[in-house]
Amino acid sequence: MSSSTSVGDLVSQPYKYGFVTDIETDKIDKGLSEDVVRLISSKKDEPQFLLDFRLRAYKQWLRMEEPDWATLGHPAIDYQEMIYYAAPRQQEKKASLDEVDPKLLETFEKLGIPLSEQKRLSNVAVDAVFDSVSIATTYREKLAEHGVIFCSISEAVKDHPDLIERYLGTVVPSNDNFFAALNSAVFSDGSFVFIPKGVACPMELSTYFRINSGDTGQFERTLIVAEEGASVSYLEGCTAPMFDTNQLHAAVVELVTLDDASIKYSTVQNWYAGDENGVGGIYNFVTKRGHCRGDRSHISWTQVETGSAITWKYPSCVLQGADSVGEFYSVALTNNLQQADTGTKMVHVGPRTRSTIVSKGISAGRSSNSYRGLVQIGPKATGARNYSQCDSMLIGDQAAANTYPYIRSQQPEASVEHEASTCRISADQLFYLQSRGIGFEEAVSMMVSGFCRDVFNQLPMEFAAEADKLLALKLEGSVG
Amino acid sequence: MIRPDADTLLEIVDLQARVEDKPILKGVNLTIKAGEIHAVMGRNGSGKSTLSKVLAGHPAYTVTGGSVLYRGANLLDLEPEQRARLGLFLGFQYPVEIPGVSNLEFLRVSTNARRGEKGEEELDTFAFEDLVRERLQVVQMDPAFLERSVNEGFSGGEKKRNEILQMALLDPLVAILDETDSGLDIDALRIVAGGVNHLASPDNATLLITHYQRLLDVITPDYVHVMAGGRILRTGGKELALELEDRGYDWVDQELAVLEVA
Repeated sequence: MSSSTSVGDLVSQPYKYGFVTDIETDKIDKGLSEDVVRLISSKKDEPQFLLDFRLRAYKQWLRMEEPDWATLGHPAIDYQEMIYYAAPRQQEKKASLDEVDPKLLETFEKLGIPLSEQKRLSNVAVDAVFDSVSIATTYREKLAEHGVIFCSISEAVKDHPDLIERYLGTVVPSNDNFFAALNSAVFSDGSFVFIPKGVACPMELSTYFRINSGDTGQFERTLIVAEEGASVSYLEGCTAPMFDTNQLHAAVVELVTLDDASIKYSTVQNWYAGDENGVGGIYNFVTKRGHCRGDRSHISWTQVETGSAITWKYPSCVLQGADSVGEFYSVALTNNLQQADTGTKMVHVGPRTRSTIVSKGISAGRSSNSYRGLVQIGPKATGARNYSQCDSMLIGDQAAANTYPYIRSQQPEASVEHEASTCRISADQLFYLQSRGIGFEEAVSMMVSGFCRDVFNQLPMEFAAEADKLLALKLEGSVG
Repeated sequence: MIRPDADTLLEIVDLQARVEDKPILKGVNLTIKAGEIHAVMGRNGSGKSTLSKVLAGHPAYTVTGGSVLYRGANLLDLEPEQRARLGLFLGFQYPVEIPGVSNLEFLRVSTNARRGEKGEEELDTFAFEDLVRERLQVVQMDPAFLERSVNEGFSGGEKKRNEILQMALLDPLVAILDETDSGLDIDALRIVAGGVNHLASPDNATLLITHYQRLLDVITPDYVHVMAGGRILRTGGKELALELEDRGYDWVDQELAVLEVA
């Protein structure tokens, strides 16, 4: 194959978001101790209950160990060599965008997330998080008219402490796992969404996370609560500059749905993945869980994971309410030396609960891509049903794909189905498309988007096309 | 149809090619003019399928010598997709399945790629749907096949019909059909051959690659070439195919042996 069309060239496209914004930041010294936890809390002027929550988590974390069961390998992380709080130096959250440092606005504009009144997306409200703090949230007033609260979690702690106290840590307890405990101790910012009873959120909500500092861990915390009959669709996006060191990202996301409520949570993850030799990149250790607390409630996770050197992530649903529904739609793409161990847990507690899992893994280069999923049916989940489909696509002959489905059922009446397949983009398929006048890159992207269609169909329309393009870009140069 | 004044579409001179380290084509000469139908016959391993893949630009084959001019330009410099856009078509012996890619969308994208090269406007989904429904009749294909993934779960005969449908949409100047008759029952063979005959015109040319006479009973070639050991050993009219049918390929082997000693 001639040089102009090798899949390798295609995949080796430079990472578009690798720039660093030169801005003065307020950082605390590296390392983690009880004093650091207290310092973060005091910098954010937090109420006592939250400081207590952090300190309890910190003490639990000290007694915990990093999980080692995933199909991942990385050098030991030195938690004392990391900075736990960094914020662009600006005094207060600004009342209006005009007062936000133009450099920050410019940064988000470069990332395709314009925040200014004139340019912002017309039907999507955005919370922009830069390093550890939220710098702006658009359409707040309009949302407030509907009773919808959409703000950074730091503001929510100040303005709605009762809601935070009621819900924080109730889905992912602070001692849930090593990374969740770490996050609970040091989390900096993230988004808070509250949709009151009976309200269908009038627009898409979105949070865009940007890591900028090179030596900083990012620990954001997101909490979304939908009261009885409420519904919301939320999307998060993320990018980071290119550094040759690894940065830790350990987020926690909690979703709560009461009776008849629904939350649709979509992620397009494009953290820096490291270079073709595996140098640098984000370690993405994330705990995401939704709790269908109410009857007939519905939580749907859709994720497109393309970045990070390491992805360890299992967005899950605890289906407690009767007739509640959990869904997980995932595309995970790994290239070069990226490693992903991702999947979901569907925990069926209530009767007639249903869950659907559709996972599409694409492995190129020398990467490793594992699906790991648990379907658990408890003794009271009479008539529970699950359907799982896990497909892997291999590009080239040096990539690895694994599927680890775990099924535990204590309910003889339940129905659990699991289907899995593995395929490969072959040189003959590509040649076939080329011999019909279709260029090499377009041929690859046609095949990849065909493979991912079931998942992309679940994304909000504005983002489906973008996800398609992102995958094509990530794969440039990987076939051949 | 042989016309001395017809334009030369394809001119292959001393073409040599290998796959990995194995030489397969050892000096193929062949000239194809507009309006002509050529048949290349030969045993398995004679190099006939390799010839078709080299012409279409398959990456597994390396050209080690000779030249190919397509309408006066160097074909071997072009990417496979450029060759296709310029009107070179390869009908595959074993069309691959491409799960997840809709046949209709695939046909539309490829038709538009060819149309763009010809300076014609792109067809939107509606205009294309009209065109494809009309061309389906050439191969008597059920429109339901448009809704499926490319070749996925198609029978051997359906795959071959899908190939001829693509040919009907792409309107090639040189169509190379590699063992199009293999795996077809007699009815399917008649339909596929009918499609090829229907599409043949004074402006285009067809190169049939086949084992058997039976395809040539339904598509009458102007020239028959016998290939062995990576070369064209003999060229004649349609009667040469009948001679092969009568005498088998043994005499070809003998001629080849003489040639290789010499």
